[in-house]
Amino acid sequence: MPAELEIELIAVMTAASCAVCGSLLLVRGMTMTADAVSHTILLGIVLAYFAAGGLDSPLLFLGAAAVGLVTVALGELLVKSRLVSEDSAVGVVFPLLFALAVILITRYASSVHLDTDTVLLGELAFAPFERMTVFGADVGAKGIYTSAGLLALDLLFVVALFKELKTVSFDRTAALVMGFSPALLHYLMMALVSLTAVGSFDTVGSVLVVAFMAAPAATAYLLAESFGKMLAAAVTAAAASAIIGVRAALALDVSFAGAMATAAGLVFLAVLIAAPKRGLVGAYLRRRAGKRPR
Amino acid sequence: MTAALVSAPRLAAGTLAALMSDYTFRTVALGAAIIGLMSGVVGCFSVLRREALLADGASHAALPGVVAAYLITGSRDAAVLLAGAAASAVLAAAATVLTARRTRIKFESALAVAMSVFFGLGLALMSYAQRLPGASKAGLARFIYGEASSIVMRDVCASAVLALMLTALVCVFFRQFKLAAFDPEYAASAGLRSGAAGGALTAMTVAVTVLGIQAVGAVLMSALLIAPAVAARQWTRSLAGMTALAAVFGAVSGVAGTAYSSLREGVPTGPAIVVTASVIAGVSLLAAPGRGIAAKLVRRRRLRRRVLAADMSVPEGLGRTPPDVSAAPEQGTHLVATPDGEGRPAATLDGEGRAAASAPDKDGRGGGSDAGGA
Repeated sequence: MPAELEIELIAVMTAASCAVCGSLLLVRGMTMTADAVSHTILLGIVLAYFAAGGLDSPLLFLGAAAVGLVTVALGELLVKSRLVSEDSAVGVVFPLLFALAVILITRYASSVHLDTDTVLLGELAFAPFERMTVFGADVGAKGIYTSAGLLALDLLFVVALFKELKTVSFDRTAALVMGFSPALLHYLMMALVSLTAVGSFDTVGSVLVVAFMAAPAATAYLLAESFGKMLAAAVTAAAASAIIGVRAALALDVSFAGAMATAAGLVFLAVLIAAPKRGLVGAYLRRRAGKRPR
Repeated sequence: MTAALVSAPRLAAGTLAALMSDYTFRTVALGAAIIGLMSGVVGCFSVLRREALLADGASHAALPGVVAAYLITGSRDAAVLLAGAAASAVLAAAATVLTARRTRIKFESALAVAMSVFFGLGLALMSYAQRLPGASKAGLARFIYGEASSIVMRDVCASAVLALMLTALVCVFFRQFKLAAFDPEYAASAGLRSGAAGGALTAMTVAVTVLGIQAVGAVLMSALLIAPAVAARQWTRSLAGMTALAAVFGAVSGVAGTAYSSLREGVPTGPAIVVTASVIAGVSLLAAPGRGIAAKLVRRRRLRRRVLAADMSVPEGLGRTPPDVSAAPEQGTHLVATPDGEGRPAATLDGEGRAAASAPDKDGRGGGSDAGGA
């Protein structure tokens, strides 16, 4: 497989799994959690790196995802103490953990592969160099398998728990009555978001994780009428943005992550303006026609 | 309270004595202190108005403006770059507000989209700029993680002027700002232009954020606005006190963070400042008298002991006079809004730092003076 195609494949699958998580977050009004989690997992990676002594351990994955969960839990604990409001709690917890991670990296780990630029931008351009070998045979870039695994995990989660997720997100009381715990599902979801962020950020960096958790879901939210359709639309928007972004980055010779995030933003902008029912133009025309505003 | 307030600067003072002879340190520390001070003041209002995350958005969204300003003018002058930063931060804020107001997408989600896309655009532009001849990474990369050591005396003077202007603004329009933060509906009904005050507060947040990026970086700037305000909130119930205290906390964080990073090899200044501010916030949340978590636990234990010891046999007039277990009432809980005789609620802060009306016997009638009695 040519390197460009491999990059494109990894980009599309990573974008799609972020979009699935992003949709779950958006309908619950928690998109900024993606921002917090995608930053603090760095601390988990650094700590696990010190514990495991290398970057290839599965401990890295679990450690990072655990710190993502800790971020969410700490924020909720602060809110529960009623000393701090919800948005401030997030704003206090995640910069602290991220700052600690940056200090640890620059002070103790600056010589290794972990550097602060990689954290933001990832290394999609280098992804084809890391090969996966089975019995000595080259079967493609490692990133393809990681991102495919993540996407499969995300889709499996959503499909298996579709009804539960929908009920918890849109009708909490009904969920309680029906007997499944919103808290358990909430933490499962946060674990999924953390895992996806960790798995993606290695290749595409934390910027892209946030952009692809936020923008495609918001795009889909403007178009879709049901939760299922929204998920489908989000994955489509993410895949389209990823392809546009990768092509643009290759053509203009700029950073993959940056170009992909920008492409996701442009797709969102186009839909924001032109979406048939909820777009800005549509809303404006309806207002002018004197109909009841949306 | 005073002990904790005094001990932090005193601790820093010991370190300062060793560093004071160093001109670079003096400049950087002064600059960081001024930025911390402004962030503290402005952050109080952002936290109370629940706009804390706006700072996070603004600081990320500033990046493409910085790079674009560099690409257009070719200058690496801080003033030029900051002007570009302000422009793109304002653009992102406007896009966020428009999206949230005109579509079904909520403010928070719109903000996440705007900030991540703008930041991505900034990184794409930066990777482009780095390929140009003569463009070194050093000048631009400092806006991501911040590079306090790049602060020169001219920056300090400029931010000092801005700090003076901000402080003057806050002092003159304190009443308006307070109403805009606590009770915009009431402010509007009383004929005060709370929309203008709210807009001014948002503009101030963006201005301080952009200015602070140089010192602590885009990713961490929001902490410098939020942490001092959250810390200050725990020690006082009046807005004036909170603002002043947050200014002190912010300035102390700036100086202490700078000192720590110049004493320890390889500790970057921005994160050191943020960690200092967070530690102050953490200690305040735990140990503040009355409101803090430790005080709450002690009070709860005492209450439990008293309830267990109380005579629970039912006296006559059942239910009218419950046993006296409320000598130490929980602070920071939601109070029911009970407008006083004039029909205006007296503003105090409730547990989440939001406006709530308290009993009308405090000195904060109608939000005229300080918010609520201490």
